[in-house]
Amino acid sequence: MSHSSARTPDNVPDQPGLAAQALSLAHGRYPVIKTLNLELPQGKVTAIVGPNGCGKSTLLNGLARVHVPAGGAVLLNGRDIHTLPSREVARQLALLPQDNTAPEGLTVTDLIRFGRQPHQGFLRRWTEQDQAILEQALAAADLAELADRPLDTLSGGQRQRAWIAMSIAQQTPLLLLDEPTSALDLGHQIEVFELIRQLAGQGKTVAMVVHDLVSACRYADHLVAMADGEILARGAPSDILDPDLIHRLYGVHCDILQDPADGTPVLVNLRKSF
Amino acid sequence: MTDYACQRTPASRALVPPLPVAVFFVLAAALASLLWGAGPVGAVEALQVMTGQGSEEARFVVMELRLPRLATAMATGLALAIAGALLQALTRNPLAEPGLLGVSGGSAFAVTLAILLGASSATMTTLVAQAGALAGCALVMLATRSRGLAADPVRLVLAGATVTGLLLSLTSVMMLADQRAADEVRFWITGSIAGTSLADLVAVLPSMAVAGVLVVIVASPLAALSLGERAAMGLGHRPGRIRALVVVAVALLVGGATALAGPLVFAGLVVPFIARALAGPDIRKTLWLCLPIGPGMILVADTLARVIGAPAELPLGVITAMLGAPVLLIIVRSRRMPAL
Repeated sequence: MSHSSARTPDNVPDQPGLAAQALSLAHGRYPVIKTLNLELPQGKVTAIVGPNGCGKSTLLNGLARVHVPAGGAVLLNGRDIHTLPSREVARQLALLPQDNTAPEGLTVTDLIRFGRQPHQGFLRRWTEQDQAILEQALAAADLAELADRPLDTLSGGQRQRAWIAMSIAQQTPLLLLDEPTSALDLGHQIEVFELIRQLAGQGKTVAMVVHDLVSACRYADHLVAMADGEILARGAPSDILDPDLIHRLYGVHCDILQDPADGTPVLVNLRKSF
Repeated sequence: MTDYACQRTPASRALVPPLPVAVFFVLAAALASLLWGAGPVGAVEALQVMTGQGSEEARFVVMELRLPRLATAMATGLALAIAGALLQALTRNPLAEPGLLGVSGGSAFAVTLAILLGASSATMTTLVAQAGALAGCALVMLATRSRGLAADPVRLVLAGATVTGLLLSLTSVMMLADQRAADEVRFWITGSIAGTSLADLVAVLPSMAVAGVLVVIVASPLAALSLGERAAMGLGHRPGRIRALVVVAVALLVGGATALAGPLVFAGLVVPFIARALAGPDIRKTLWLCLPIGPGMILVADTLARVIGAPAELPLGVITAMLGAPVLLIIVRSRRMPAL
């Protein structure tokens, strides 16, 4: 699926994609992220990992312009994201937050239709193109048969796929997800991660906060390891993951093996102390 | 989990069956309110007037008394229903009532104060009631905003209930001070459109028109807000601005309705509830259905208010409470409370 950027004024960005520049984020008086620099690799899946309270969700919300910076800037295609109209940003960047709610009875189709809102003007109503995009999104998330089901009757994995389908319908080159699999069992986690990989395969730039380090290593091209509001390491999972990093992140010791199938790092022999 | 696939779910229902039915309902209610009243002009005579015949007296009753009253009832019902639907969506509380914003309390306080100070003209009351409604709402906003918590619907409701209670008790104190004021206020506070003229309606139309424009602007973003604060922001909306616009629209609508009819209990609560049961969870569909159902309900209530005790009239507020309370109890008892 190609993303249409025909409606945005800057079709040829000098610096495509999303980047944080000396970004500082705070919750009220409490600083969480201090002068952080980050660039999301184009067309790749970036996983942000780290211990609870390290600021990874805050960073994601900052990148998605939902959290206003205390200093520095988030650059979308080279321009400060907070100087751009929010609707224009929504055509470039989709966000799947953690605190989603859906009114009881809302169907999968109802939800996905919301994804077209950034593209609809005040008077421009639902078009055939919107309908085609809705059906593409349903198919991409494998939800065609559940299109008319209310979200509250779906399994957790199906529901999360429906939310992702909404962001697919938003047709943005960038997708940010905040713990997309946190409440899901193993099977549903894999279902969601594989959908995310599929989207990256189609050229989307994805960033996600992931709680489970092993899943992050398996499904991300690029790992950003954070502790205490700072990035400790970044790079391909197999390059940066070592027992020392695990200890600095989580304060635990472990050994690292490689999955014989695909070379993904696997943590074994986890323990609090030697 | 049971198989829901074969169940008819509210969300999958289209607007097409309920909306025409509701429009038919409001037309029938409008006709009924022209045909029957507390006075001696009956249905046959009223029909004669409508076809250009009938006595001069009957013509006066139908065209000069019942027709303006019909318009006032429809405007009141429309405003209360839309305001209730907006407020329920905003606070994500299916039991939220327009009065919770401090609007009714502000109106009652302002009207009582005006009557105490010697005012009595009906048109005067209209403007005073509306100003009071806006002031009451502003007070509630101030109470939440001063703590920087305007984004929190629960606190909004708590502050609204507190301010309303305060204003109503102050109103009671003022009523103790002056017997004449107490009688006039007591009539007004029960809710009635018996004494209203077209001039009253004209006086509130501008503010209702402004509210109408706000509703058109805010309907889609408000629907997106039901997905969560951040999800709505991700779709390019600005929740703070949406909330502010909704609150202004509700204050204008309820202020107008209260100015016309006094604080009517339950109308703004029950109509959106019925609309949602028919149309599903999307606020945009709910609003569409509120357009006919709101005026229809008030028309039915007002016609009943005239007919039941004829030749005397019951206050409209008594009828809306008597109709609204059982409907609400049935809804609450028969099905799970829907989460918004």
